[in-house]
Amino acid sequence: MRKRGSRPIIMPVHRRRKGREKSNMYSKGTKRKFFDGVDNKAVAASYSLQRQSLLDMSLLKLQLCHMLAEPNLCRSVLIANTVRQIQEEMTHDGSWQVVTEALGGSGHGPSDSLVDTEVLCQSPEQQDGGPKLYSVMGYDGCREEEVVTDKALCSVVVGDRAPALLLGTIGHCWDRGELRVEDGVSKDSGTGDEEETRSGEGAKMATGQVFGMFEIKNGAPGSDPALEELFSDVDASYYDLDTMLTGMQSAPKMGPYDFLDSLASSHGPVSNSSCRADLNELDHIMEIIVGS
Amino acid sequence: MDEEIDTRKINNSFLRDHNYATEADIISTVEFNPTGELLATGDKGGRVVVFQREQESKNQPHRRGEYNVYSTFQSHEPEFDYLKSLEIEEKINKIRWLPQQNAAYFLLSTNDKTVKLWKISERDKRPEGYNLKDEDGRIRDPTTITALRVPVLQPMDLMVEATPRRVFSNAHTYHINSISVSNDYETYMSTDDLRINLWNLEITNQSFNIVDIKPANMEELTEVITAAEFHPNQCNTFIYSSSKGSIRLCDMRASALCDNHSKFFEEPEDPSNRSFFSEIISSISDVKFSHSGRYLMTRDYLTVKVWDLNMESKPLETYQVHDYLRSKLCSLYENDCIFDKFECVWNGSDSVIMTGSYNNFFRMFDRNTKRDVTLEASRENSKPRAILKPRKVCVGGKRRKDEISVDSLDFSKKILHTAWHPSENIIAVAATNNLYIFQDKVN
Repeated sequence: MRKRGSRPIIMPVHRRRKGREKSNMYSKGTKRKFFDGVDNKAVAASYSLQRQSLLDMSLLKLQLCHMLAEPNLCRSVLIANTVRQIQEEMTHDGSWQVVTEALGGSGHGPSDSLVDTEVLCQSPEQQDGGPKLYSVMGYDGCREEEVVTDKALCSVVVGDRAPALLLGTIGHCWDRGELRVEDGVSKDSGTGDEEETRSGEGAKMATGQVFGMFEIKNGAPGSDPALEELFSDVDASYYDLDTMLTGMQSAPKMGPYDFLDSLASSHGPVSNSSCRADLNELDHIMEIIVGS
Repeated sequence: MDEEIDTRKINNSFLRDHNYATEADIISTVEFNPTGELLATGDKGGRVVVFQREQESKNQPHRRGEYNVYSTFQSHEPEFDYLKSLEIEEKINKIRWLPQQNAAYFLLSTNDKTVKLWKISERDKRPEGYNLKDEDGRIRDPTTITALRVPVLQPMDLMVEATPRRVFSNAHTYHINSISVSNDYETYMSTDDLRINLWNLEITNQSFNIVDIKPANMEELTEVITAAEFHPNQCNTFIYSSSKGSIRLCDMRASALCDNHSKFFEEPEDPSNRSFFSEIISSISDVKFSHSGRYLMTRDYLTVKVWDLNMESKPLETYQVHDYLRSKLCSLYENDCIFDKFECVWNGSDSVIMTGSYNNFFRMFDRNTKRDVTLEASRENSKPRAILKPRKVCVGGKRRKDEISVDSLDFSKKILHTAWHPSENIIAVAATNNLYIFQDKVN
């Protein structure tokens, strides 16, 4: 956090001098900046935490897009741009794939690229539209994320690819208004970069997918077999979240075209959930037929 | 220009005329007609309510032309798009009046997908004395008719009827956010998030796309159109604003598809103020030409800016609407208030601009004296015909008696829609489901 003080404090050597210079530094109440390693680390850590929570909040907002009848495109674009911005900065920092507390590989702290205002606060103040408390813990370190909505509680077990998974489910929120059916999502060119870590790759793919037709393509070479397992985990939670929030048994707002799309795709989570919904219904019907 | 008259007391002299409580629904748009005689409001339920100004009478000079309900009609109904399995809201996003050409009034109203042209006409005479049917409408037995008469127009109680004359539909994939009538009074444009279409008022089955910013690959979408308006005097010029804080001016004579702008207005970002929310708060929610056509005004989340059409590099004037919110952006992002779309309006002489804020506050800025005032539209704090008291938000430190602290502001009470009479100092302010009309005090 670099603030512009009233005096230009430049030379570290001032600190070592006694007497007047030192008292001059403090007398005006200007904070020590930048030389004190301990302070800087703590500040940067809190900045990272705040940034992470902002990222989580944004991703959740995007995920809930599909709950609406038709998402507000302007709002979604602005949120997605914010996510991209955070992601870029985190990638630049090197903190995208590392546990949150890291200062970053490059010499400069994350504060260099952005001035940290008190803006990145965590505590929700005005909750007018009905309480939705998102207490989300970071993806990178912890492997668990809780979404608390009014009275529902569902937990998602996610791994490093958490951003990818979440964003993947919102892909279809863009093209709800579009009728065209695509065979698959074209990935961002960035995903081909071998040097990117898995999670970095996942996030890039995810952001790319935010706007495309919703179909998660698992055809990428070298895709992790564990990925499918992770997908199926997200399935349940996605489905549960839907159920809780809309009170419906099957995935809500799934138009006929979405349904067909999801049937065509063998790996998308929505297809799983809608198949699951179908199976449930089928079971139910079977029960009725057989039971009576 | 009557600048002296208008700048005379904008601060303290606004009286509250009426509080029209349309309890049913939230008002989503407010618009005066070109003469100021009529005021239309659209609400979330798809209804349009038109108010008409009373003729000033010498008998009651203190009633200086108040607005009374003139006509109410259901403009749009909720629809269900079966193909996409989506509900189309009936909320009226915008109303624009057409200039009056005969005894009837015409307005365009739009929801997310469909624009409709409505004709509002009066009927105060009724023909009487038909030959073939009697007064009740029953058919007369022709054999009983012995003499012929000519039907005569007899006066009747005034009836105001609204009829839909044109329905312009199926032209927008995304949500319509603006409509604007061209100076040629033959065409108008409708704008959604990614495209602008040009229509002829007479032709409903055809429209021309003049701006299309949809990327080939939707994944690359980073910018949307937020508002658009025709130039008031030049029918070939229009502007549109974007979610990235830029305004593009286009000339339709240059090419059929105006994807290439003629002018590009954008203020360079202030690096010292940058944060993750910079882009969101720079997104322009409303853009309006001045009546003269020389300036344009934009509203983003925290400021109103006046631009000179001849200077693209930076705005002429910037006014802070509620800068005390700058430190609260994270909370406002969390509760989605940061995405609120405030509108802005010019007064008739372009000397004063007005926009809304939270807590039912609205702000006016005098461009000449550089003074500004914050007023409140609420029943509790003002009585009819009382002069509005200026409000103040206390930013930090000690709060004085009448001030409100930032933390006590009610963010659910937002004034997004306001309108200013085209020539007089009369303003209409929509506060959720209430409409307030204020007039300048006449001594």
